[in-house]
Amino acid sequence: MTASDLTAPLTTTQVYRVYIRATPDAIWAALTDPEWTVRYGYGGYAHYDLRPGGRYYVTPDEAFRAGAEARGNILPEVIIEGEVLACDPPRRLVTTFRMLMDPEIAAEPVTRITHEIDDRGNGTCALTVTHELEGAPKLAMILGGAWEDGGAGGGHAWVLSDLKSLLETGSTMAGAQ
Amino acid sequence: MDDGDRVFKALADPTRRHLLDRLFEHDGRTLTELERELAMSRFGVMKHLKVLEEAALVTTRKQGREKLHFLNPVPIRLIHDRWIDKFTERHVSALADLKHELEKGS
Repeated sequence: MTASDLTAPLTTTQVYRVYIRATPDAIWAALTDPEWTVRYGYGGYAHYDLRPGGRYYVTPDEAFRAGAEARGNILPEVIIEGEVLACDPPRRLVTTFRMLMDPEIAAEPVTRITHEIDDRGNGTCALTVTHELEGAPKLAMILGGAWEDGGAGGGHAWVLSDLKSLLETGSTMAGAQ
Repeated sequence: MDDGDRVFKALADPTRRHLLDRLFEHDGRTLTELERELAMSRFGVMKHLKVLEEAALVTTRKQGREKLHFLNPVPIRLIHDRWIDKFTERHVSALADLKHELEKGS
């Protein structure tokens, strides 16, 4: 083990994987097209300028904004922002990620998220989300689902479960409630 | 065997549930670290990790020469959303109906 291993704890990275019965192109669209991203999980519009250095940002839809306001949280225009670091459609997307909904979380260092789509050749794909969360324990808690009972959503696992449901059945768990 | 069957099969074994508990406490461990926690041969731990990986309950990531193991909560979330929510919601709505009926009568 080297000194750099000691300064970078291994446990801050979160890795999620879901198998989805859909084509890589359909999954790519569900991740990067705002008309898709608004339909599952937290329900924001994700906007990507899909080239290295391009901007990535998420704006809330009306339901998201109203839900937050009901809990006394007035949302900014942009709730997540980042920069595209690498883009290889429909296989790999790497961006930086900073959540702006809460001042304490916005003050944490910028994190990095990688989406990978692997065609398993049997009509399904593995979608793997790797979120490197060094120095961002509050964001890590939200994305790990620890604040779900407080209305902060169930994090990446919840979003991916919902995404699978949307792509395979045409409707979401969140939408059914 | 479909993906759901693999998850239930993987969870049916106490050693594999123990491995998931260890990863829940401290994610991103190497095989050597996990082996230390179990009174079992390296080969035995590898076999269990393989079943967990095939069910996607564990994912791995290379870091330098090391292979790190991560707990993947998504398959458990899927079981939750597919099964648990459905049945608990019915209980909740049945209680809500009962409350409504009782209050109507008073």
